[in-house]
Amino acid sequence: MSQRIEYKYRPENLNESAPGLYKESDLKREEMILNIGPQHPSTHGVLRLEVVTDGEIVVDVIPHMGYLHRCFEKHAESVPFNQALPFVDRMDYVAAMNSEHAFVMGAERMLGIEGDIPKRVEYIRVLVAELNRIASHFVAIGTYGLDIGAFTPFLWVMRDREHIMRMLEWVSGARMLYNYIWVGGLFYDLPVGFEEKCAEFIQYLKPKLKELDDVLINNKIFVERTANVGVLSRNLAINYGVTGPVLRGSGLKYDLRRVDGYSVYPELDFDIPVGTGAMGQVGDCWDRTFVRVQEVKESVKIIEQCIEKLTKEHKRTKDFDPRAMVPKKIRPKAQDFYVRAENPKGELGFFFRTDGRSDIPVRCKARACSFSNLSVLADISRGYMIADLVAIIGSIDFVMGEVDR
Amino acid sequence: MEIAEFKLLVQDRLGESAVLSIDENATPKALIVAANQIKDICAYLRDNDQSYFDMLSCLTAIDNGPEANTMEVVYNLYSIPLEQSLMLKTFIPRDNPELETVCDIWKTANWHEREAFDLFGVKFSGHPDMRRILMPADWVGYPMRKDYIEPEEYRGMKTIREEGDPS
Repeated sequence: MSQRIEYKYRPENLNESAPGLYKESDLKREEMILNIGPQHPSTHGVLRLEVVTDGEIVVDVIPHMGYLHRCFEKHAESVPFNQALPFVDRMDYVAAMNSEHAFVMGAERMLGIEGDIPKRVEYIRVLVAELNRIASHFVAIGTYGLDIGAFTPFLWVMRDREHIMRMLEWVSGARMLYNYIWVGGLFYDLPVGFEEKCAEFIQYLKPKLKELDDVLINNKIFVERTANVGVLSRNLAINYGVTGPVLRGSGLKYDLRRVDGYSVYPELDFDIPVGTGAMGQVGDCWDRTFVRVQEVKESVKIIEQCIEKLTKEHKRTKDFDPRAMVPKKIRPKAQDFYVRAENPKGELGFFFRTDGRSDIPVRCKARACSFSNLSVLADISRGYMIADLVAIIGSIDFVMGEVDR
Repeated sequence: MEIAEFKLLVQDRLGESAVLSIDENATPKALIVAANQIKDICAYLRDNDQSYFDMLSCLTAIDNGPEANTMEVVYNLYSIPLEQSLMLKTFIPRDNPELETVCDIWKTANWHEREAFDLFGVKFSGHPDMRRILMPADWVGYPMRKDYIEPEEYRGMKTIREEGDPS
């Protein structure tokens, strides 16, 4: 005897989670609620999406986060600046060097020692940050291929990323959470032979990037899946505070490394790639991935120049101490300070308020790039298929550690 | 544009009382503005050709503690074409922190305001979807307030670790 399975969706669940947006009566008869995530590879970690669907069409998306919330701000307001640094690593854990660089730069500017940092230290910082940018983009590109069914590029970029991870481990002693860039200097000088190894790696990497172009970016299946999907217009992107490759994919040449010109970036020669709509419209998923691949090539250029500088102009000397400028106590004067830097995912900003009496900030707010980038998701996925939704999520490239903080 | 010019710009349009003072010490330099006019000020600063702040970089709240009994909401604005930035600060009472929303001027404010509500309890009137974003929906209290005491239990789970407990 067969038992009839009765399926009944419960719109009141949606009422509970998003009371302001939907009422039960708003849903049409054909519409259905689909839960995607949390803890599913296609939601890139711990993100739950409540998707209102009409057949296969996405009507609305309501993202729910907070599963990874570790109270970074609360921690940062209870310990001194240099002790908060390990927590900064854990925000964007695939690009910890860049986050450290932003945080440290903020503290240094507040102390007014920004100009006193030795050039060698600055070049090492840029070198490791760009290495980490490549590693971060590799994760983004690789898992993006994985999301839409391409497995080979994922293996390839992970293989290349492994070299970077090993080099950064050699530098700092840790695999992902480095704690290498310190306020006023570095944990240690580069290990002996690092520059040569790095130059070797660059020579190895260059032909691999060409391969990546052929196997993924210009692949017909990949183009079909991503072109004209999730189109984000430039105005909407700016209005949503979207930054980084997602904004540049929409065709705006806006990169803080050039706009603000922090650290030694003004002395380096590199281009800012933007999306041109070569395969579809400007600002679609293909453009965003294309921008990331191009940025990897630009980072390679920067690394080459840094190695050149580090081996010729700012050589390793016996008496060079990367910790010479590290202050004993970080006690900036009372002020409000907003500092920002270009992370692989966009503009990472820190807002500090110090009272001048203690070395613990009164308020430390992290303006995370992924947080703003993710908020545009609902607007660019309405009207596309559910399978396209997965492609759109991947193309934004967010890290939940940074969204939840 | 200099900070004094921004002050005049806003005061010309919205009256003397719109800008209370200037904070030269902040980076970028800040205008301290009246809380009840915040929406008009933001809308004017975005639409005006001289300021044209098309991007809201950061929105955050600050709790000044029970003694001062005030809260602040800080807006960091940035103009991409003009390459200038500005900080706006508003003071609101701590026992009834309420402010008008700016999320129909910059959509990015939607989530930032939700976060400020979640962690500080600042209510933004006119916000389309004012609910917690990072904490569970049934969490009691606002964790980033200075006098916040962590509850000992959440849904039957202990939240406070015992001394020497490594977990």
